[in-house]
Amino acid sequence: MIRTEEMLLNVGPQHPSTHGVFRIVLKIDGETIIEAKPVIGYLHRGTEKLAEDLQYTQIIPYTDRMDYLAAMTNNYVICHAVETMMNLEIPERAEYLRVIVMELGRVASHLVWFGTYLLDIGAMSPFLYAFREREAIINMLNEISGARLTFNYMRVGGVKWDAPDGWIEKVRGFVPYMREQLAGYHDLVTGNEIFLNRVKGIGTYSAEEALNYSLSGANLRCTGVNWDLRKDEPYSIYNRFTFDVPVFSSGDAWARYQCRMAEIEESLKILEQAVEQIPSEGTVMAKVPKIIKPPAGEGFVRIESPRGEIGCYIASEGKKEPYRLKFRRPSFYNLQILPKLLVGENISNLITILGGIDIVLGEVDG
Amino acid sequence: MTKEVDGQGEENLSIEEQKKKAAAEAKAKALELAKQRKAEKEAQEKTEAPAEEPLSVEDQKKKAAAEAKAKALELAKQRKAEKDAQEKAETPAEEPLSVEDQKKKAAAEAKAKALELAKQRRAEKEAQEKAEAPAEEPLSVEDQKKKAAAEAKAKALELAKQRKAEKEQAEAGVTSSISTEDEDKEKALALAKAKAAAAAKAKAAAAAKAKMAREAGQTDSEPADETEASNDEKALAAAKAKAAAAAKAKAAAAAKAKAMREAGDGGDAAADEKAKAIAAAKAKAAAAAKARASRDAGGEPASDDEKAKAIAAAKAKAAAAAKARAAGGTAKAEAEPAETKPSPYQPMLDQYVALIREQLGADVLEDAYINKLSKDVPTLVAKSDTYYIIAELLKTHDDLHFEYLSESHGTDFKTHFEVYNYLYSYKNRRPVVLKAKVDREKPEVASLAPLWEGANWPERETYDLLGITFTNHPNMTRIMLPDDWVGHPLRKDYEPFDVEV
Amino acid sequence: MMNDLLHSQPGWYNAAVFFVMGAVLLLVVLGFVTYAILAERKVLGFIQLRPGPNRVGGKLGLLQTVADVFKLLIKEDTIPKLADKPLFILAPVLAFSPAFMVLAVMPFTEHVQFADLGVGLLYYVGISGISTIGILIGGWASNNKYSLLGGMRAAAQMISYEIPLVISVVGVILFAGSLNLTDIVEGQKNVAYIFLSPIGFFVFLIASIAELNRTPFDLPEAESELVAGYHVEYSGFRFAFFMLSEYVYLFAMASLTTVLFLGGWNPIPFLEFIPGAVWFALKFSIVVFFMIWIRGTLPRLRADQLMEFAWKVLLPLALLNIFLSAAVKELFLK
Repeated sequence: MIRTEEMLLNVGPQHPSTHGVFRIVLKIDGETIIEAKPVIGYLHRGTEKLAEDLQYTQIIPYTDRMDYLAAMTNNYVICHAVETMMNLEIPERAEYLRVIVMELGRVASHLVWFGTYLLDIGAMSPFLYAFREREAIINMLNEISGARLTFNYMRVGGVKWDAPDGWIEKVRGFVPYMREQLAGYHDLVTGNEIFLNRVKGIGTYSAEEALNYSLSGANLRCTGVNWDLRKDEPYSIYNRFTFDVPVFSSGDAWARYQCRMAEIEESLKILEQAVEQIPSEGTVMAKVPKIIKPPAGEGFVRIESPRGEIGCYIASEGKKEPYRLKFRRPSFYNLQILPKLLVGENISNLITILGGIDIVLGEVDG
Repeated sequence: MTKEVDGQGEENLSIEEQKKKAAAEAKAKALELAKQRKAEKEAQEKTEAPAEEPLSVEDQKKKAAAEAKAKALELAKQRKAEKDAQEKAETPAEEPLSVEDQKKKAAAEAKAKALELAKQRRAEKEAQEKAEAPAEEPLSVEDQKKKAAAEAKAKALELAKQRKAEKEQAEAGVTSSISTEDEDKEKALALAKAKAAAAAKAKAAAAAKAKMAREAGQTDSEPADETEASNDEKALAAAKAKAAAAAKAKAAAAAKAKAMREAGDGGDAAADEKAKAIAAAKAKAAAAAKARASRDAGGEPASDDEKAKAIAAAKAKAAAAAKARAAGGTAKAEAEPAETKPSPYQPMLDQYVALIREQLGADVLEDAYINKLSKDVPTLVAKSDTYYIIAELLKTHDDLHFEYLSESHGTDFKTHFEVYNYLYSYKNRRPVVLKAKVDREKPEVASLAPLWEGANWPERETYDLLGITFTNHPNMTRIMLPDDWVGHPLRKDYEPFDVEV
Repeated sequence: MMNDLLHSQPGWYNAAVFFVMGAVLLLVVLGFVTYAILAERKVLGFIQLRPGPNRVGGKLGLLQTVADVFKLLIKEDTIPKLADKPLFILAPVLAFSPAFMVLAVMPFTEHVQFADLGVGLLYYVGISGISTIGILIGGWASNNKYSLLGGMRAAAQMISYEIPLVISVVGVILFAGSLNLTDIVEGQKNVAYIFLSPIGFFVFLIASIAELNRTPFDLPEAESELVAGYHVEYSGFRFAFFMLSEYVYLFAMASLTTVLFLGGWNPIPFLEFIPGAVWFALKFSIVVFFMIWIRGTLPRLRADQLMEFAWKVLLPLALLNIFLSAAVKELFLK
């Protein structure tokens, strides 16, 4: 008779595949996970507390640090919340610039996800390919905002700077380039037998579970729920673009992969239309007061970030600082389902499932 | 870049010249018309002359474009000159800005209606002629088309042409490939059109107009260029599809159009223009707007592509104006009552409240209102002891069915805490906010985690940072801060236990 | 030459010669390892659109590995407090020495071979199995959960893949009629065994990659799952031993593949004027490049899939290969 015993295994907070400082305490039997307990908070910086002493424009740089892979959407959500409360009309050109940078950010974010996911699964090269394309995007965003990751580009009422000369053309040129590279990714990865075996049927959940666990973004769309705030509750000028919402129904890591890859294509479609439609000149800042004071009351808006539904709640007293600021951070909500998915899986699948949820720790920990 | 600057310079020069001339002989309107016609003819001739090498084609194109622009500007000048002549000769404008001024003035004094209409008709005829002239190479076709676009201020003509082209296409069955540039341009054009259509919100009127135009087009039996035909057809199809899509999102578009109209005096250039166009329409001078649109296109110092786009935009604007006029007061009449209406979500709120009162008793709700600052979301405020049963009803009742908890957090309002939950029903596609006030002395409220698993972590976060204890929560522990942390930082009276931290 | 020495009278002189020859081979192998690592990094860099090592030792980074090994040598040698000390120290030795020992029977050319054993192939397979024990001991002795999991995975994987590996070469043994590696090469004078038993070659190649713990079978040290697997607690020169053994095995396995299936030093017809050593080096390099290429392309398998693949796919294929080889020999080579 062999004596077996369960073992506690600490994965993280320093671990290559937790994409940051996420920690999960596993109870394992051999390599089979019996229980998983996520531990978060290592990157908690108290953004919401800090924001209570800051003016709205000063808060925007803090939002860059939440989802640092798609900071433009974070910039936008707080601006959008304030603008909704103040009922501001945004200049046409600013709206287009916002959409362009947000969609570029979405592509960049999905590229990082693609690269790191494949790295988690053990393929090294796609990571570097994805980062090559991401670098092109980062350079473009750097040109328009002056920063590579923490853009601080948007302002209440518009954007900080107009696009430099020829920038729109660069974005225009990027779209076909990215399409070409995307086809290359599909050739390299999507049909790979080993990859398919690693992701198919892994971390499956139903649409009901997804809704019950408040999942959003690709994590929700992979279960067949057709829900994209850009389409269903159009904000900014998204109702002007023709694009599809990729929906897959199997609810496993494979569906999530397909969903995100298809979203890159859809974002490219939006980019393509936006660079055609953008007015060639015009102001990029609405006439807003020097000191922004939303009317007293509560405002909550939600938009579609690359990771899902990002929301911003502002309780205002009509002063220049928010009384209370709260972000609905998609990674934080999406991560909740992890312990449930892990039971009975082995350690290799832990990495596949965790990677498939696509979390950014800056966002999980707020 | 240099090319553009050159083109602009050339154009400015001609503007100046012509302006001077116009100022001098402003009274001789008839003479002006004659001159205009001559200039147009020249431009046309140049465009149509077959080019022998790409470079010369380019040059010609530029020249032709410049001339076309000049011509378009002349229209503005003409009208301005009319007014100026009454006062005194004005110094010639050199920058696009002054052109803008002119435009505004021109729009304001849209009194030369009859003249404008006559001109318009003439332009229509010319554009038609040009379009009909068979092109010998793609580039000149491009030129012609651009010019035609610039000149074809009347949307009716455009539609007629498209219709005709469509017919032609059907008959000939010829498919011809078009360059991506064309496609892009058309897309822009079509989109702009669709946008304009939505904004004008005069679908019925537009249809009527289109029908009229179709009839007009049927009388026209001149053969058109094949390339252009297919292009136009595509553009039309796209425009139609877009328009249909736009119509679907009519409510939103209408709201937007309304907002745009309201914010017409804001910094938004496009809105500005649109508002202006509408103003023109109101003044029953759509023709003036159209002329202005063409001038916009002409005055734009930009590359070919951008020019094309601008032209498309200008055309769409003109069309919007025309349509707005055609729709007449109806659009306005529809828009105004919508503003006074409280909120589209009001009936929903009423339904929720009625349902809750019916099922759980009259006094379970503390308050229920529409939160105007939060995209009109219906907001229910529960009492802390009825919070859970209301939430349960919201989730389980078939007519409510809020199966998704989008957001959950708390706030310290000094006198009390408040728990805020944003719920969404994917079945019925509508949101609701459920709030509950929590006693600050005894911060305890029922947990929603048994109803929505998604409330698990957010409630832990609320507990961690605000100190609200959720009863029946599966794991009421700190989540962000270390377990030995003292105090709850998001409370307004929070003092750090260790000031060094 | 070596064979003569092997049969000579024992004495101090001969012992010294053996020692010197062994040291020379070790240096050659270490020289290879140094540049194999560099080559791997360069090829991977090429695949991944980056330059690879390019600072130490000129633009090509020729001294990069030397610097790395030197760094490892002077690094502090840490042993975890709760580790099983004797085993912890023994493990790298156990992992490395077999890797070097198997080279003794490897015929690089007709003349360069250290020991012409009659059962050379069997010797190789037997000795290389000892490495598994070294890795398992290393994983166990570290007293770390990750390294334990890595060691377990390594043991399971290497034992599983040893079976298809050995069975896949039975076809070759049938053709050659000998377990002696020199005889096997001689048997390929006319046609390389890769053409006679392609299935065997296919199975052998996959199993050898798995034996080497390389991508896509690098589960024992899966970076993204087990951080570094069985050698997570090793540092300094002990870690260098694990790493070196891995690359020496790469050297040995590529040599074995060349000898068994690619005809060793045998030239391609009409190119006989090129010396055998060059041919061997060429074929050997192709095998090494292929393994690096695979590493740059494929993702990693999961443990259960790995086992499934070994037992349900490779083993039946290897068995099939025996029958096919026998049939080929009976029908065409009689």
